Amino acid sequence: MVEWQPVILSIKVALCSLIFVTVFGVMAAHLMRHREFPGKAAAEAIFTLPLVLPPVVTGFLLLILIGKQGPVGRLLTEVLHTQIIFTPYAAILAGTVVAFPLMYQSTKAAFLAVDTNLEDAARTLGAGEWRVFLTVTLPLAWPGLVAGMVLSFARALGEFGATIMVAGNIPGKTQTIPLAIYFAAESNDLTQAGLYVVIISLITFALIFWLNTWSKAKAKPTRTAKAVS
Amino acid sequence: MLKVDIKKELADFTLEVCFTVERNVLVLFGPSGSGKTTILRSIAGLLRPDGGSIVHDGRVLYAAESGVFVPPRERHVGYMFQEFALFPHMNVRRNIWYGVKKHNQDATRMYERLLELLKIGTLADRYVGQLSGGEKQRVALARALMAEPAILLLDEPLSSLDVATRLELRAELKSLQELWDIPFVLVTHDPDEAKILGHNIVFLDKGRQVAPQWT
Repeated sequence: MVEWQPVILSIKVALCSLIFVTVFGVMAAHLMRHREFPGKAAAEAIFTLPLVLPPVVTGFLLLILIGKQGPVGRLLTEVLHTQIIFTPYAAILAGTVVAFPLMYQSTKAAFLAVDTNLEDAARTLGAGEWRVFLTVTLPLAWPGLVAGMVLSFARALGEFGATIMVAGNIPGKTQTIPLAIYFAAESNDLTQAGLYVVIISLITFALIFWLNTWSKAKAKPTRTAKAVS
Repeated sequence: MLKVDIKKELADFTLEVCFTVERNVLVLFGPSGSGKTTILRSIAGLLRPDGGSIVHDGRVLYAAESGVFVPPRERHVGYMFQEFALFPHMNVRRNIWYGVKKHNQDATRMYERLLELLKIGTLADRYVGQLSGGEKQRVALARALMAEPAILLLDEPLSSLDVATRLELRAELKSLQELWDIPFVLVTHDPDEAKILGHNIVFLDKGRQVAPQWT
């Protein structure tokens, strides 16, 4: 019998990560596109780092940061009298950090593909920067953003290395699907592990399948439109 | 009257021009890469010159000395881009209404008048991808005029059109300018267009005003 708790927790964690990743990813991509500041190249590298670092290394760095003696950990204890280490919040943090580069890169590419003349046209028509962003940049970059969101969600859903470092493997509390698979396999319960493998594969497959179908449908109207003119 | 007196360091040369435009059509004529578009972008506020000033009817839009730089959204300068820059994710109607501040009866009247003048009444629900070059040009013109500009800038407005459409729209541009009675600054490298449309012509070469030469 499948224990559904890790599945539900994984989806919750991945959804929360997705919210953070979307907000920060779009903000970072927007900032990097429009602002020049010292250390911009370093920031760019840091934004991409979690993609290339082994997740366990990212997890270790997060552990140093939010552990009881870490700077963030201490701040949480002093100000909010709480800890997030070994809680689902730590899993959300891990998911957010490892998925961030995917969202950032997709969004950056999508923003770069927006014709700056369209944004300038909006400005000459009296639109402020915020309106330009909401009515021109964002709608035109939308397919790229959605792709980034789907990839980020899938990445957060499958996160293992960083998660186990900061959230641990507490069944019923922080055990997500990948952790459940690992520990079921380790204790030789291959049926249980196999079931989780099927579940996470199906979810991920469905997401990517939907994304591809959606992107194709989205691209179609403009293609036929071009044929008309 | 619009007075433009600006300087701008560009990659290959320094742009340095000084001219005035009355309520008629001024043509900026010169080979590509002579700084024409840079001038338009400076007037629109999309680009900051390195020095000089831009003043329209006593209102300072840009002045290097006093540090004045009015952002494009407050300049009331219409700009028709070379490739029209119509919003592909909006239909013709939404494109034209984009620059309207107050959606009242006057705006509706103006909208209907523009559709009629530019003969685009049947296109309102179409998307930009479904328009021909000439139709895009008319929609772009309607969109720019709908925002009630005090000045209209046109960057090679007719260059991407076929000959028949070009002649037709050339005449329309002329009559629209007379109707609206605002300064038009038009960039072209087509001598016929410059001669027919321009009340005054500024000849440019490598960022400098030069003696008339039709090359």
